[in-house]
Amino acid sequence: MNSADDETWLDGDSGRLVRLYAVTNGRTSPTTKLDLMSMVVATGSRANGVLKPDHMQLLGLCQRPASVAEIAARLRLPAVITKVLLSDLVDCGAVRTAPPTVAGDAAGDRILLERLLDGLQRRL
Amino acid sequence: MAYSDASDRLPTAVKLLVAGGFGVGKTTFVGSVSEIEPLTTEELITEASIGIDSLDGVSGKSTTTVAFDFGRISLNPGLVLYLFGTPGQDRFWFMWDELSTGALGAVVLADTRRLEACFAAVDFFERRGIKFVVAVNEFDGAFRYDTEEIRTALELKPHIPVTLCNARDPRSATSVLVTLIRHLLAATMDDISQPI
Repeated sequence: MNSADDETWLDGDSGRLVRLYAVTNGRTSPTTKLDLMSMVVATGSRANGVLKPDHMQLLGLCQRPASVAEIAARLRLPAVITKVLLSDLVDCGAVRTAPPTVAGDAAGDRILLERLLDGLQRRL
Repeated sequence: MAYSDASDRLPTAVKLLVAGGFGVGKTTFVGSVSEIEPLTTEELITEASIGIDSLDGVSGKSTTTVAFDFGRISLNPGLVLYLFGTPGQDRFWFMWDELSTGALGAVVLADTRRLEACFAAVDFFERRGIKFVVAVNEFDGAFRYDTEEIRTALELKPHIPVTLCNARDPRSATSVLVTLIRHLLAATMDDISQPI
């Protein structure tokens, strides 16, 4: 690392980043494809391998189904870091995930929209 | 544990956006319909996500951290609605692309005292083909316009709903969401009846 890089790493803003990325050992690419809306939940099966305290905290937040965005917010970690940690838990079988809903065929969208409409109208 | 069985399906998560100019009441709107205190998350956004119609002359890739607020409504055990507020500052417009990916639709909140503040959002959703409704947040002391005057001022197409609301009132804000979902449903009817 040259001196210019050193300055970058010691910059006031990135000081926090250094600590955060240390949580993931510098990894920024999750092994499982996750986005902010991906739902995750603990499987209840014992994790293969040793979990770090960050993983344990994360697992605690996955006892009920929640979105990646929600877990990141509750952990107060950037989404990118949360995704890496979550993918560790998926890899070791402690957490499973479902892909977010994407716009599909019109008929499928209609069923989803009708469920949404019904749910919202009940709240009025 | 309720979800220990791998055959249990995870709830379907649906994303809606709440957009509009800075200070128009997006966070208030999200907060009044959300069952949880609105949360904030940070995502790293790369300018590479701008897309093919990005400005020429943008060299290299730069990354920025963008924070956005969101709320949650569990409509039933199998269906969770997340409402994401778009960052109001115009300089963040380029990240809306990433935020809007997968969104079913959007509410554009408007303030009649600064109607021009929501032009960017209307323009963005029109160009991206993201369906939206316009909800005029009726602030105390603001001049009241009728919805047709607002439609004209924003040059909205006739089929786009324009509604009045009070973002602080959960019932009023929920009504806006109902208007949006009805609009989306009407659009799927058009898609079915008029295959292109």
